[in-house]
Amino acid sequence: MAASAAVTANYVLKPPPYPLDALEPHMSKQTLEFHWGKHHRAYVDNLKKQVLGSELEGKPLEHIIQNTYNNGDLLPPFNNAAQAWNHEFFWESMKPGGGGKPSGELLALLERDFTSYEKFYDEFNAAAATQFGAGWAWLAYADNKLKVVKTPNAVNPLVLGSFPLLTIDVWEHAYYLDFQQNRRPDYIKTFMNNLVSWEAVSSRLEAAKAASS
Amino acid sequence: MAIRSVASRKTLAGLKETSSRLLGLRSIQTFTLPDLPYDYSALEPAISGEIMQIHHQKHHQAYVTNYNNALEQLDQAVNKGDASGVVKLQSAIKFNGGGHVNHSIFWKNLAPVKEGGGEPPKGALGYAIDTHFGSLEGLVKKMSAEGAALQGSGWVWLGLDKELKKLVVDTTANQDPLVTKGGSLVPLVGIDVWEHAYYLQYKNVRPEYLKNVWKVVNWKYASEVYKECK
Repeated sequence: MAASAAVTANYVLKPPPYPLDALEPHMSKQTLEFHWGKHHRAYVDNLKKQVLGSELEGKPLEHIIQNTYNNGDLLPPFNNAAQAWNHEFFWESMKPGGGGKPSGELLALLERDFTSYEKFYDEFNAAAATQFGAGWAWLAYADNKLKVVKTPNAVNPLVLGSFPLLTIDVWEHAYYLDFQQNRRPDYIKTFMNNLVSWEAVSSRLEAAKAASS
Repeated sequence: MAIRSVASRKTLAGLKETSSRLLGLRSIQTFTLPDLPYDYSALEPAISGEIMQIHHQKHHQAYVTNYNNALEQLDQAVNKGDASGVVKLQSAIKFNGGGHVNHSIFWKNLAPVKEGGGEPPKGALGYAIDTHFGSLEGLVKKMSAEGAALQGSGWVWLGLDKELKKLVVDTTANQDPLVTKGGSLVPLVGIDVWEHAYYLQYKNVRPEYLKNVWKVVNWKYASEVYKECK
């Protein structure tokens, strides 16, 4: 396998599964242009430069993430690799006309593990609101249970031993243009009520269950 | 039972203090948002008035409010002897208290150009900078590089190590004050590299913010701190 082809194949700036203006008015085209077009792009480009000529070159993204996490004593490529992964996961966690309460099996599982959708909402909201500094809040799956996790900077549940199902980016760049005056709580509410793609969460959950069995 | 054991350990002089405390008459020291020593727009074009206003009135104010809340809760936990409650509050205190400490320094680290902002340091600090970093340009280049490379949120600092008697450049994560990197470190200049410090004006281009912020750094204040602490 040619090294350069592997790098290109593995580290690609994939566009979100919707046009950049499709999440308006909840997340503006301007935010997507910067967040995807500049921030996410930079993580991908810098990762490529960083692994070029090293033993990590050509390795799958998740391999790089696991190997550079180093039990929290992060090696240099971790940040770019994890952020490239996190952002692709984030775009796919949202959809136009999304948000609200899920139904079917997903709702049943949320009710089983959080007692109600509302309790899940509160826990996810609290995690996203109280992650000090930059980071992410997640719905994750481990040991046949759903749980809410918050992580700093580029850390994600992959390195903590669980399957990510849903994420919200709470780095300031994710909401600073649309929710001015430091209104992270309003951004979280908008994400939960108007943007979450429960279809994506469901298919990730199926994959996680299959992988665990 | 607690009252009896406290009273038996106190001297007569201490009893008065104890009973005031039990009656809730002692209050903890809380904090208020310091005023900026210049108008919000006075640092333009290096830092926009819009950013200065939001940074001061929303971000710093939030740290002050949340710090005071955490301190009130800490006071209650201490008085109840709630050990795990006290420990649980430490991260909120570090984050919000650090945010208040750091931003209070930051506003003094900046000054409008017509009040000396950007003017190179002279005297003892200027000499020390040249000695340790070769030149002011050398120091600025180093701090800007470290500030740009910082992942996530944090600060880049010029500090004085009082014990080793030398200048240091270091970074701290989130709202950790410089002292968390070493008990003898005194902050002289701190540059906030949280995205909120520059995003509305410079967007994702943090290096551009770092290039421009030096035009309004108040070296006079840094010199005073340096002289006092040497």
